[in-house]
Amino acid sequence: MSKRIDVKDLDIFYGNFHAVDSVTMAVQPRSVTALIGPSGCGKSTLLRALNRMHEVIPGARVEGSVLLDGEDIYGSGISPVSVRRTIGMVFQRPNPFPTMSIKDNVVAGLRLQGVKGKKELDEIAERSLRGANLWDEVKDRLNRSGASLSGGQQQRLCIARAIAVRPDVLLMDEPCSALDPISTLAIEDLMSELKDHFTIVIVTHNMQQAARVSDQTAFFNLPGAGRPGRLIEMDDTAKIFSNPNQKATEDYISGRFG
Amino acid sequence: MDSPSGHSNDPVPAAERGRGGVGLVDEPAPNPDDQGKNTARRRSARRRGDVVFARLSAAAGLTLVVAIGLIGLFLLIKAIPSLAADHANFFTSTQFDTNDPKNLRFGIRDLLVVTVLSSAFALLLAVPVAIGIAIYLTRYAPRRLSRLFGGLIDLLAAVPSIVFGLWGILVLAPAITPVAVWLNRYLGWFPLFATGNVSLTGGGTIFTAGVVLAVMILPIITAVTREVYRQTPVAHIEAAQALGATQWEVVRMTVLPFGRSGTVAAAMLGLGRALGETVAVLIILRSSAKPSHFSLFDGGYTFASKIASAAAEFSAALPTGAYIAAGFVLFVLTFLVNAVARAIANRGVAR
Repeated sequence: MSKRIDVKDLDIFYGNFHAVDSVTMAVQPRSVTALIGPSGCGKSTLLRALNRMHEVIPGARVEGSVLLDGEDIYGSGISPVSVRRTIGMVFQRPNPFPTMSIKDNVVAGLRLQGVKGKKELDEIAERSLRGANLWDEVKDRLNRSGASLSGGQQQRLCIARAIAVRPDVLLMDEPCSALDPISTLAIEDLMSELKDHFTIVIVTHNMQQAARVSDQTAFFNLPGAGRPGRLIEMDDTAKIFSNPNQKATEDYISGRFG
Repeated sequence: MDSPSGHSNDPVPAAERGRGGVGLVDEPAPNPDDQGKNTARRRSARRRGDVVFARLSAAAGLTLVVAIGLIGLFLLIKAIPSLAADHANFFTSTQFDTNDPKNLRFGIRDLLVVTVLSSAFALLLAVPVAIGIAIYLTRYAPRRLSRLFGGLIDLLAAVPSIVFGLWGILVLAPAITPVAVWLNRYLGWFPLFATGNVSLTGGGTIFTAGVVLAVMILPIITAVTREVYRQTPVAHIEAAQALGATQWEVVRMTVLPFGRSGTVAAAMLGLGRALGETVAVLIILRSSAKPSHFSLFDGGYTFASKIASAAAEFSAALPTGAYIAAGFVLFVLTFLVNAVARAIANRGVAR
């Protein structure tokens, strides 16, 4: 269920614009890896390249490879749809399907995979909502619209939806940036529980958050305007936040960055 | 490139900037004594401007309401004497005899049947096609092709209805006769496909008119649904894609539910057009002495084509009033259709 990711010489483009320059990194299974760096450095772009969501934008493409337990997700004959079914994603803004009930939202991915039995869907819905620490809050109103929940609850609903299909990897793109501190704490607690089962990669602008939740941290930077973002260094989170190898990393985490 | 798809919240700060800009008229006033008075005067001037503008726009809105009300009133006033002189039942009679002003016999039964049947049939044909085109243009077609194809559809709306009428009776009718014959032969037991009151092979039937109307209302329905589908939030689409939805599943999970009320409103808009279409229907439909059987293979007149056919003889008040009465019913009918469309569209917004 939990797989490792090896990114090899990955270049990411939007049309002619070179967004991310030759990233090579390894993401360990059953851990949280945080991607940090200033806006525009390509960390979200890299995240979206890990489940082939990058290419839904016209003109977007990548060069290089992303290996999921040794298998290239950009290999010939691999469809993006199948990649996305095994690598889940949680977005910056909670995006439950507004026309679906809470329960239907959770099992939407399973329905796509052809799971039909009502009993099975009910069981997985409960398990996923429990896994997302949302069950107690919504168990009495599973048939209400997902849009009726608060922002933090919606985001946990989206996490429940992502883990319901038991993905190999869970990608989270600034999952707390639209949430209040209490909801943020709830999601951070959830992440530390989820990493027992999933490989988690999270993009965050909040360095305290990266320090709190992640095991490994990768720092990205932008050498200059119009230049592609690049991976400066990646190491254990404790090392990055206490004694990084690169001066740029230290400047950034200590707030001495322009 | 943190929000590559451009769905970040950029418009909000822009809007705030714009709002701020309205108030921030360059303050020249360097003299501290004048300043208070100056701003006060400016503020009251702006308030007066607001009031004037509010009144003007209210008046503009009111004009529209009054105009519609007056049209209705005009129709009603002209129609009432003729309705009073009607020797047949206005709602159930199939006759429309206005030659003798002393013995008016007219009813709208067949006009209503033909109008509703041809429009409903047109809608049934056009809506699925329009939805299909809109989905293709918004979700499948490459951007350049989408623009070209969309322009072509819009061009269809610019074809004069007289041309559609000629094409309908001279080209389309012979072409679809085999289909009509087949339907009549094998499904003739079903009332809609029963033998009608005009020649089936002549093609001057509601069936032909419905197909032509469908082509005529296709552009407007396509244009509206296309715009609605294009508004589907990127966040919803990405949510579906990230779960591993195929293109069609994305459409089914996000685009269609999101655009449902818009689709209904577009269909109603098309229906309104079809109900009022005149010239094309007038050219296509053959008249018949026999009453309608609620069959698609009937001929006859719609409200609009009936009125147009008699337009040359609008001299005596009483016979003319009979047609105006028919026009009033059409007026109410299209009004109802539009009200329903509006209600459905608003419900979509409220949700």
